[in-house]
Amino acid sequence: MKLTVWTYEGPPHVGAMRVATAMKGLHYVLHAPQGDTYADLLFTMIERRDHRPPVSYTTFQARDLGSDTATLFKESCKDAFDRFKPEAIIVGASCTAELIQDDPGGLSESMGLPVPVIPLELPSYQRKENFGASETFYEICRALSTPVERTPEITCNILGPTALGFRHRDDVVELSSILESLGIAVNVVAPLDATPADIQRLGAAHFNVMLYPETCETACRWLEREYKQPFTKTVPIGVGATRDFIAEVKTIAGLPDIAVDDSRLRLPWYSRSVDSTYLTGKRVFIFGDGTHAIAAARIAKEEMGFEVVGLGCYNREFARPVRACAKELGLEALISDDYLEVEAAIEALQPEMILGTQMERHIGKRLGIPCAVISAPVHVQDFPARFSPQVGWEGANVIFDTWVHPLVMGLEEHLLHMFREDFEFHDDAGASHHGSHTPAAQKRRVIEEATDTPEPVIKDGVTWLADAEKELRKIPFFVRGKARRNTEKFAVEQGVTSISIETLYEAKAHYAR
Amino acid sequence: MNAFTQINPPSTGCGNAPVLKQRGQREVFCGLTSIVWLHRKIQDAFFLVVGSRTCAHLLQSAAGVMIFAEPRFGTAILEEKDLAGLADANEELDREVERLLARRPDIRQLFLVGSCPSEVIKLDLSRAAERLTQAHAPQVRVLNFTGSGIETTFTQGEDECLASMVPVLPETEAEQLLLVGALPDVVEDQLVGLIEALGVPVVKALPSRSADVEVGIGPNTKFIVAQPFLGATAGALTGRGAQHLAAPFPFGEEGTTAWLRTIAEAFNVSPEKFDEVTAAPRARAQKAVAAASERLSGKSVFFFPDSQLEIPLARFLTRECGMTALEIGAPYIHRDLVSADLDLIAEGPVLSEGQDVDLQLDRCRAAKPDLTVCGLGLANPLEAEGLATKWAIELVFTPIHGYEQAGDLAALFAKPLKRREGLTL
Repeated sequence: MKLTVWTYEGPPHVGAMRVATAMKGLHYVLHAPQGDTYADLLFTMIERRDHRPPVSYTTFQARDLGSDTATLFKESCKDAFDRFKPEAIIVGASCTAELIQDDPGGLSESMGLPVPVIPLELPSYQRKENFGASETFYEICRALSTPVERTPEITCNILGPTALGFRHRDDVVELSSILESLGIAVNVVAPLDATPADIQRLGAAHFNVMLYPETCETACRWLEREYKQPFTKTVPIGVGATRDFIAEVKTIAGLPDIAVDDSRLRLPWYSRSVDSTYLTGKRVFIFGDGTHAIAAARIAKEEMGFEVVGLGCYNREFARPVRACAKELGLEALISDDYLEVEAAIEALQPEMILGTQMERHIGKRLGIPCAVISAPVHVQDFPARFSPQVGWEGANVIFDTWVHPLVMGLEEHLLHMFREDFEFHDDAGASHHGSHTPAAQKRRVIEEATDTPEPVIKDGVTWLADAEKELRKIPFFVRGKARRNTEKFAVEQGVTSISIETLYEAKAHYAR
Repeated sequence: MNAFTQINPPSTGCGNAPVLKQRGQREVFCGLTSIVWLHRKIQDAFFLVVGSRTCAHLLQSAAGVMIFAEPRFGTAILEEKDLAGLADANEELDREVERLLARRPDIRQLFLVGSCPSEVIKLDLSRAAERLTQAHAPQVRVLNFTGSGIETTFTQGEDECLASMVPVLPETEAEQLLLVGALPDVVEDQLVGLIEALGVPVVKALPSRSADVEVGIGPNTKFIVAQPFLGATAGALTGRGAQHLAAPFPFGEEGTTAWLRTIAEAFNVSPEKFDEVTAAPRARAQKAVAAASERLSGKSVFFFPDSQLEIPLARFLTRECGMTALEIGAPYIHRDLVSADLDLIAEGPVLSEGQDVDLQLDRCRAAKPDLTVCGLGLANPLEAEGLATKWAIELVFTPIHGYEQAGDLAALFAKPLKRREGLTL
């Protein structure tokens, strides 16, 4: 048993729903009690889908448990087929139905439906949403794809995008245009907008693009074995990763190494331009799904000039690459799906910025640290009306804007340093381009007042003298936490027990960079 | 003494109308969803769901916006090893509760909330609650109720929660009125203010905002229910000897007046006193409803089952806002509680209990209502088909009871129509 307040991932059957809802002509019959229908609103509200997810829930009740839930399942299956006329059906159980062991796979097989019925075994008490999506997509590929001839021209499949994915819709558009610029046509995109008939002809492509390993790596590996289709390993998020991806595609497709049109790419110049100097060495904490966290770490370090001070992911399946990436950065990765643990790590590190999920955005709000969202779990805000991909050239541009937006900018940062007592240009006013965020700034003041008690503060055996405490408050809010932490660390190292103004500036000199 | 002015019922109401009962997919929340408002209402309580990752995900998604001011609810997620041996599950539960209470010393009441998986594996939470009460008394009282989807629908979670509190209420001989239902504080204060102004000696609320407010019960307690979904709680209170005051629910001017009048009659308040207290807010409410319901008049409404508020709200919309109800769907119809409202709705609408969502969608499309009241899973798909919708869940999360909210209630229904009129796309 594990106490959980907020979760990064839903149960595995929600992952299966993400695949089913992404596809067309597929229906999911889910053996589940009535409350499980809440999952529909994830798609209709958060993603604003204009159709109900293609899911029939058996919605059994307590009184059915004594009698015959198996018959109920078969009736639901038949009703779903008669009403929706799907080309294929996936069947499975949610957590409760798993306990009553009705075997939806066996039951549906015995019905002799005239379309393929694909049973899903998703262990609800062991695995989570991403596993559910990945396993479902793999089972669908296995059941529906057939050996077909390769297309005469070079084509690829784009695999991985699902419903309720972080920018999946726009990523597919951007990626397709990059592939087109390389002269490569897209055979099938799946699961997003694919029909069972499309899945059938996956084998016609010359190779697969593994866009999101979380949802399609298992399928990519199977397709490689089954149809000898190589797949790309680089996820093209960021400038460097996109270039590596293009190089990888050229190798796989046997294309000549000619220059690719990247005239739409603005990140490199924006990052080199003098206005971005203030980004240098900003200490960032990165947390998300493994793929997006690893991509963000590279962009942060190489393309934005940040210092990565923390890196982690919530999906244990990707612990290994995330650990390796962290190690290269001289860090220990945080692999956890406990948001309290993530919050504690952020609080201890006092980064100047968080690149995280909606969870970390809330943590950032509480701690007064700016945050940009880089990964699922998604929120209605992660489905903007405008084109906002993460991959490719435009993705890099979008990421530059998104990450810079929460920060206090260039000269404004200096002015805040210089005129701290200005009545309308003080800390609590926050960045001037965030006019609507004043309440958050007020909250920050409350937090600070609560923690910055006027009496000498004793921490780790180190006491802040009143004048040093006062001086500390003259440092702008967005670097104050770091200054406090560094000073205390310095004091402990030096064996100093009380921090004076002198100690504060000694520490500042010590950590100068 | 003069008599009270009574409401004119229609010549034939819906009290004896046939009820359409279909069995199929029910597109509704489970009772756990009630925790989203209960944990804000009872400020020293923590709700610990003993369930699966799905339960945790539901709570997080139903809350819509995440409440990050460390919420007073959480889920003890059952894992593979808990399913293998129940003895271990109990031990694990005790350990998690211990850890939780150590971290949250402000918690005075802990509710262990049963879920579909905990019920299917027959984890006995009532015994666990007894055991944990002994371990943590007197600082913390541990109670249990079910919020599972196999037993409860949406607001029934609140009913189960309040019913679980009834057996531990202390005995009192005092003559008092108990106001039952978790209302927004502002609404509760308004209603209690009106009832006190009528001269009712003692007014208490269940649930109270904290464990420190002593709420007793006994033969001289009369209780009135503020929410139509509290059937089990009403039964439990009657079982403790309290007297139920049956009334229409306090939605709109007419409903609020009828509800207050039932209290007035039970406590021998004179009609003059009643008029003196209610005249001004009644007039305000009538004025506000008239203004807000201009757009609703002459329009039709179709209710999908959601919160059990459907019947009293249909009464309000048809009698005070000039709407026609085409179908009134409710997850359950508690006749003991809603018959007064049913009698006031003129015959005509289809009355349905339970759901086969696909068949009901067919009826809705055929009926082409001007406004469809439905859950979040159906709203956008129906909008995309051209139907104007009102999210039912907002009716549970917004102050809508009483005189001062009567206009807001009409406005909630008018808003989707107003928006459609206002947009040129």
